[in-house]
Amino acid sequence: MKIHIDTDVCTGHGVCEGLRPDVFEVGDDGIVHLLTEEFTEADRADLEDAVDQCPTQALRLEG
Amino acid sequence: MSRLVVVGASLAGLRAVESARRAGFTGAITLLGAEEHLPYDRPPLSKEFLTGDDAPKHFRTEDALRTDLDVDLRLGTPATGLDPEQRVVHAGGDAVPYTAAVLATGTAARTLPGLPALAGLHTLRTLDDARALRTAILPGSRVVIVGAGFIGSELACSARRRGAEVTLVEAAPVPFAAAVGAELAPAVAALHTRHGTDLRCGVTVTGIDGEDRVRAVRLGDGTALSADIVVVGVGAAPVTGWLDGSGLKLDNGIVCDETLASSAPGVYAAGDVARWFNPLFGETMRLEHWTSAAEQGILAARNAIDPAAATPCTLVPYFWSDLYDSRVQFVGLPTSDEVRVVAGGAGEESLLALYRRGDRLIGALGIEQRRPVLRMRALIGKRTSWQDALAAATS
Repeated sequence: MKIHIDTDVCTGHGVCEGLRPDVFEVGDDGIVHLLTEEFTEADRADLEDAVDQCPTQALRLEG
Repeated sequence: MSRLVVVGASLAGLRAVESARRAGFTGAITLLGAEEHLPYDRPPLSKEFLTGDDAPKHFRTEDALRTDLDVDLRLGTPATGLDPEQRVVHAGGDAVPYTAAVLATGTAARTLPGLPALAGLHTLRTLDDARALRTAILPGSRVVIVGAGFIGSELACSARRRGAEVTLVEAAPVPFAAAVGAELAPAVAALHTRHGTDLRCGVTVTGIDGEDRVRAVRLGDGTALSADIVVVGVGAAPVTGWLDGSGLKLDNGIVCDETLASSAPGVYAAGDVARWFNPLFGETMRLEHWTSAAEQGILAARNAIDPAAATPCTLVPYFWSDLYDSRVQFVGLPTSDEVRVVAGGAGEESLLALYRRGDRLIGALGIEQRRPVLRMRALIGKRTSWQDALAAATS
């Protein structure tokens, strides 16, 4: 499972960080960064929610 | 056979369909859309769609909807009725049976009563509206926008970027008061002043002059504003007319409990049309926000297909607006006992303000304060005390 961030599209709304602050963090540059890339099936539902609730559709879940 | 009928093919309806499949729903899904278009993203319509690329941002292709999600997609097919006894939705001459339904018909742009039908008179809600405006607004066009809320204000920015002459007319003494509270509404309105946009507050519109096309907007003080284009941006009303006679409980939207369940068995609502009890604040609310439409669409479908395991919708309201080069963000609720500016201030480049109700953090407004605002959103969701919130905001 892999999360892709489209850094051209992300504007740092931080909805994903609100859902999983242990995974996503909006940095000083105003866009989101991954704090981890180690995911298990238990993370899938949250990650899917983050993808679906991103106001700029900057996230993509693969695998 | 079980069938989920989702009424409304914008963000909330689309997310409902996706979420049902993701939750393992194997029954039939019908998605009814009033517009001819595939689900598209609305926020760009008042912003970059008017100034840049004119390609609409569709969330998914038709093939992805029909094949990958196995959806019976019916566009250009507004629902015309709901019969909760027979469990059918009427649309396009058909009676579509459902075992569960998610109603996400959204809102429609309000207009002013008694306006004549003239060329050059617009509202902005749909892709077709935005296309018409994109074609109409030219460099040098005289554009009068009636209503200086966020849509009207974003449109003013976009029209000015296209070289139009813009006048924003607002009936209230200051715009944005309902959205961010009266105290700091002037701080947001100051963005217009700072960028030289002609904003006139406390001014009512008494009529629009013109024979075939608009010529001028008549104001309550007796003056008239010459106009090539008039855009009425006075808010939106929930689309519930099709539910008249259904017996569904309506009150400025579809009345729902905390799980987004309407008064009819198996029928849930999501997005702009849903008025639900939000346990996080202990009050009933209806939001016209992108994130709540997405979140409610996801949850309403989950609850609709498995009502026994229904969970409450406890979201923290969030909206943003991009005005000129500033991002304005609000989280939580603006009705408060105290507003405290903790960074920057009105008229400055940035501002962060916290809103207190009782001893709780209830809301936060930010202008160019992206990270702090989203952190306040998390604190509101955790029912953080005012003292702790102040400490967090100023640390």
